[in-house]
Amino acid sequence: MPKDGIGASVKRREDLRFLTGTGRYTDDINLRGQAHVHFLRADVAHATLNAVDTSAAAEMPGVLRIFTAKDFEGVGGLPCGWQVTDKHGQPMQEPKHPILAEGKIRHVGEIVAAVVAETLEQARDAAEAIELDTEDLPAVIDMKQAVAEGAPKVHDELTSNLCYDWGFVEENKAAVEEAFANAAHVTTLELVNNRLVANPMEPRVAIGDYALHDDSSTLYTTSQNPHVIRLLMGAFVLGIPEHKLRVVAPDVGGGFGTKIFHYAEEAFCTFAAKQLRRPVKWTSTRSEAFISDAHGRDHVTKIQLALDADNNFTALRTDTYANMGAYLSTFAPSVPTWLHGTLMAGNYRTPLIYVNVKAVFTNTVPVDAYRGAGRPEATFQLERVVDKAARELGVDPAELRRQNFIRKDQFPYATPVAVEYDTGDYEATLDKAMQMAGYAGFETRRAASAAKGKLRGIGLSHYIEACGIAPSNLVGQLGARAGLYESATVRVNATGGLVVMTGSHSHGQGHETSFPQVVADMIGISPDQVEIVHGDTANTPMGMGTYGSRSIAVGGSAMVRATEKIIAKAKKIAAHLMEASEADIELKDGAFSVAGTDKSVAWGDVTLAAYVPHNYPLDDIEPGLEETAFYDPANFTYPSGCYICEVEVDPDTGRVEVQSFAAADDFGNVINPMIVEGQVQGGVGQGIGQALLENCVYDADGQLLSASYMDYAMPRASDLPMIDVDHSCQTPCTHNPLGVKGCGEAGAIGSPPALVNAVIDALQRDGKSVSHIDMPLSPARVWAAMNA
Amino acid sequence: MYNFDFVKPSTVEEAVAALADDEAQPLSGGQTLIPTMKQRLNAPETLVSLLGIEALKGVTVGGDRVTIGAATTHATVAREVAEAYPALAALAGNIGDPAVRNRGTIGGSLANNDPAACYPAAALASGATVVTNRREIPADEYFEGMFATALEEGEIITRVTFPIPEAAAYVKFEQPASRFALAGVFVAKFAGGVRVAITGASEEGVFRWSEAEEALSGNFSAGAVSALSLDADGMMADLHGSAEYRAHLAKVLTGRAVTAAG
Amino acid sequence: MKVTMHVNGRQVSGEAEGRTLLSAFLREELGLTGTHIGCDTSQCGACTVHVDGKQVKSCTMFAAEAEGAEVTTIEGMANADGSLSAIQQAFQDYHGLQCGFCTPGMVMAAAALLEEIPQPTEAQIRHHLDGNICRCTGYHNIVKAIQAASGQPVAVAAE
Repeated sequence: MPKDGIGASVKRREDLRFLTGTGRYTDDINLRGQAHVHFLRADVAHATLNAVDTSAAAEMPGVLRIFTAKDFEGVGGLPCGWQVTDKHGQPMQEPKHPILAEGKIRHVGEIVAAVVAETLEQARDAAEAIELDTEDLPAVIDMKQAVAEGAPKVHDELTSNLCYDWGFVEENKAAVEEAFANAAHVTTLELVNNRLVANPMEPRVAIGDYALHDDSSTLYTTSQNPHVIRLLMGAFVLGIPEHKLRVVAPDVGGGFGTKIFHYAEEAFCTFAAKQLRRPVKWTSTRSEAFISDAHGRDHVTKIQLALDADNNFTALRTDTYANMGAYLSTFAPSVPTWLHGTLMAGNYRTPLIYVNVKAVFTNTVPVDAYRGAGRPEATFQLERVVDKAARELGVDPAELRRQNFIRKDQFPYATPVAVEYDTGDYEATLDKAMQMAGYAGFETRRAASAAKGKLRGIGLSHYIEACGIAPSNLVGQLGARAGLYESATVRVNATGGLVVMTGSHSHGQGHETSFPQVVADMIGISPDQVEIVHGDTANTPMGMGTYGSRSIAVGGSAMVRATEKIIAKAKKIAAHLMEASEADIELKDGAFSVAGTDKSVAWGDVTLAAYVPHNYPLDDIEPGLEETAFYDPANFTYPSGCYICEVEVDPDTGRVEVQSFAAADDFGNVINPMIVEGQVQGGVGQGIGQALLENCVYDADGQLLSASYMDYAMPRASDLPMIDVDHSCQTPCTHNPLGVKGCGEAGAIGSPPALVNAVIDALQRDGKSVSHIDMPLSPARVWAAMNA
Repeated sequence: MYNFDFVKPSTVEEAVAALADDEAQPLSGGQTLIPTMKQRLNAPETLVSLLGIEALKGVTVGGDRVTIGAATTHATVAREVAEAYPALAALAGNIGDPAVRNRGTIGGSLANNDPAACYPAAALASGATVVTNRREIPADEYFEGMFATALEEGEIITRVTFPIPEAAAYVKFEQPASRFALAGVFVAKFAGGVRVAITGASEEGVFRWSEAEEALSGNFSAGAVSALSLDADGMMADLHGSAEYRAHLAKVLTGRAVTAAG
Repeated sequence: MKVTMHVNGRQVSGEAEGRTLLSAFLREELGLTGTHIGCDTSQCGACTVHVDGKQVKSCTMFAAEAEGAEVTTIEGMANADGSLSAIQQAFQDYHGLQCGFCTPGMVMAAAALLEEIPQPTEAQIRHHLDGNICRCTGYHNIVKAIQAASGQPVAVAAE
């Protein structure tokens, strides 16, 4: 086991600042002369906005200026980064997403006016004096009603509330129908993938700043991808060239997807700072976060699985309604399509698959990626329908899965939904998880639970995800309006230390610790000699950011490529210093040697020579030692695994208690096991949250009922068990230099179906005919299902 | 939140004088009040902190009763009543979370009378007496529905006296988000009969379940309530549970409380 | 009004309005930004500090109420020589934090727990953390870190 290189559980260096209160989050930043903005947000879901009278408010103490949509004429809307083409070859309907509501209010929480004042309380006071002339319209909340004939339209200029009707793979449709007609057994399941709020513990913050002397703008923001914000906001919204715009995302207190997107508040603060020539700061309250952060999930699905007489899967078809909310958030259209439909094969050999997705506008907060983004929705319905099929057929759910797995000798495996899995060994993770969970000993535990009056159940789920997002040429064909490479600059200092500037932002993932392990390993030095810089467009190369479990697979690969260039150049220098042929130079343990001789020079001697080139091949190479690499992945990576959950259900109250959770993952190679395990445990915690506790609920008028932690149930320590994780099943990725697959989302993807399957198992073992309960499996819902 | 004047008197008399102003409100821990003020849903011009009044703090145990000063925190009750009235101490030790228990007070909780709060169930089931700067109010006359009490303007709770039952237990089923009671049942068995108070469930706030009291007074066992049922009419319904569910839950918890009381 | 208190062993004074929360006083008046604000309903616990030795939510207490009090924040938790305290060190050793935002509150809550119960069970630890929400860790490693800080045996975080 390496001491501190690849594969070692190196303790996190970033912890020192977080544990002593010296982290620097965006809200910790206060700029000289800073003003504060309070956003007046809509308290109705759907209304015409005829006029905004700010005259009285503008006279209130401390008010600097009040902005309305009129101030943003000539400013672009928030752009959508992905265009989906529907099943008829037509582009999706794409309404403008204004910074401030223009003429109409489309969801509770939409910004109607913005008050900038000397203090936040003054801004809030003034906001109360703003008079709105509005006329309520009927709200469109339910997706199926939204696309029904004659439904009120969220966007009057669109033909309907249907953003797109996507068929995938359209050419397979007839063959799928035929397979269903010939099936020996068909299992059907209708389900809801509950709407969630990501809830990173740090609410969003934005501070805009403007420098008159060079006409440049700076935005400090809680973002997972500052470069993406710079590109989107600069090019599409405010018209600021990138060299005049700096975006800084300092320490960020968790993201989980919802801090990927470009938000109105970011553009507003940047814009207002320039208008007012003063820094403008906004700090979201948690209450604001619930009505302004993009939500996640919210699919309504009917899925059907066809099997032959030998229980082989022969076809799969799904119909999904996906909620877009009132506007298209940055990556919203891609989530229920390319991040969802392409994963419907799961871990199975199902030869024919057809996926239909109708994306729908409603008078709700925009919905976009949340940890897993599309893949949890795919996994949930697939693993639920497979489980239901096993129960209908009277076969062990584990064995039905095993029978239909893509076998390990079948890789690379092209699925019928357009992706090619490079590696995997699904039986290995199944066996591992069953061993971890003590699958064979379940009956004994069930009897013990029964003796206490509790119903015990066991449920398992497999998952596959497409991570390492993504090959740019492929996603370009699929409608992405951006490349999805990553870049890194490695700067070696004269005295041998390295600074890696990466586009991969770290907001909990521990890059500052794990990335140096890789570079140090390649050179044979201590990770302490490597520093990671991220989160500031002014001092890092172009970066697409951190999401989709892509950082180590894409950002890490870019860093490897840049380091390889460094090593190649250093070898030339070493060859010159030792008067040897470059081809004979070897690098090991931080020293260059000439093969077959005892000649060697230390890493530090070579780096010094690069910057003090007195004895240096100046005719051949430049001085200095700094390299940049861009890495564009050849394929997605395909982490997979098996999760097993055991629950006890209280038959009198319907309360579900998770008794144990075992996760066996195949992430390929692992850089820092401690960090990887923490990612899985955290992801499982969120997945259990979705399955058991969390639910974002609107009433029929579009009021958010779960608008604070008083009603949105966040998982607490006493809700969760210890989470047993293993990543010893490793089939390394074949197409990136580290053989890594990514681990950030797996836990949230694989866990909800395992838990729901376990509860259904408990109820059916008790003789109940319950075949499905929609998440979250709250006590009230479970009790109602048991007593239906 | 809106600004206000903060005063922190050291005697009850000073506090009462400060509260004579119509726009003044007492602050007795503020664990519910402060969040509502942040939302600008509550806008006192003066906040009168009661936590500086030593006379309102502390626990005294005498004979068959426990008396708790109104400004005594839940944490203190959990610690200092554990021997004399363990069911009450356990209830106090499960309110909110440790930080809330270090600030929140029994007087604040009873004055607020949140329909899902724990203390009202204890006070009502114990047949406690709420003592104010003006009078003594029996618990049966104190609770007047959701967030409503017999307290008059300018009247503050000074202490609460709990008769100690022969046996008692409180069982709470938490609403998963807020951790308030989705339903909570306090059962107290006295020589003269059994009292059962239910919080969290009813639109009318805490209430006594007289059928259960009658059944349990004759036979103090969980089985005694198994044949009873609570009417779902008038129970609260929200995204955490229907009226039917709450009615059912209250009954289940009553049985469990009886079992726990032993 | 002027408010005076002892923060991390040092007497400090600052201006506060009636409505100034202790959390705002610490962050804005004293620049102690380790105390975080994660919600506005007194649920998340990121703002947890100790007042007169007791764990409280500094966002649900007015600065004026802390007049004359001894206040300890995350900035006052390290050893005198600047090294991490046993609890802080255990959080690092057992990977009990990821994004770090809830961490100050978690450390303050853990310290209060161990003061009250030097060797808590897993259930006691989880119960004590009812008022502290973490979105990153699933609490697994936080529980382990607190077990470790209490001197109890803990399985290693990773091989």
